[in-house]
Amino acid sequence: MSRILLLGPAREAAGVREDEIDGETVAEVVAAAVARYGADFEAIVAVSQLWVNGYAATPTQRVGPADEVAVLPPISGG
Amino acid sequence: MSPITVREWVAAKSGHCRVRVVSTDRSPDWVAISPFVLDTHELVAWATRPDCGAVVTFVGTARTTSTTGHEILELEYETDPRLAERRLAEVTAEARARWPEIRAVVLHHRIGTVHLTEPAVVVVVASPHRGEAFDAARFCIDAVKRTVPMWKREVWRGGSAWSDEAIDIVDVVDVNPRATEEHA
Repeated sequence: MSRILLLGPAREAAGVREDEIDGETVAEVVAAAVARYGADFEAIVAVSQLWVNGYAATPTQRVGPADEVAVLPPISGG
Repeated sequence: MSPITVREWVAAKSGHCRVRVVSTDRSPDWVAISPFVLDTHELVAWATRPDCGAVVTFVGTARTTSTTGHEILELEYETDPRLAERRLAEVTAEARARWPEIRAVVLHHRIGTVHLTEPAVVVVVASPHRGEAFDAARFCIDAVKRTVPMWKREVWRGGSAWSDEAIDIVDVVDVNPRATEEHA
């Protein structure tokens, strides 16, 4: 179980900004999120970066209850 | 009149809603994600100091034109302030590593609704001489656009959509200002 943070288009596709998701790795958490939120969210995840606790993460990185997995679609600031 | 201090700025804004700022008056640089209209003059005054003869400012403003062809009425910016402010701080640190002469850097980015002509982002760099101030300021705005988690929604009459100019996030150390495309 980890906290997932969804921003911009990822938040819009999922319909929520934060959630609690089961999974022991980044990939498992994201797969469970895709199962929960559907195809539009899956399409966003495919082009997004995944960060854990504010830093870029790998799919195999292990996560726990204290960790925050963030889904960051391509950015458009400035 | 003395420039506003970070403490005074936070106190003034906090009367309206919660403000979170990682910088303090002891910080050499000032980064912020702000829901309030950015005051360029206030930020330039903060960065200006006796040992600097050059203060370069970049102000990115909301404009009507868009690659979608719609006439834009306003922009809406969204982020997670913790993630965004951390990246802004990394940008200032990288600018100082590349141009050690610079003395002050201000990076403020808006969130929420930004009306036409209002600043969406303000970069201020103060340095003893203009060369490094221009170069560092150019790097900073390029780095903000390419590294900071931030999403822009364009609003027009009867509709809105996320900007179609979105780009993949890169690490701050990988930003090469000369290679940046200039659509902003």
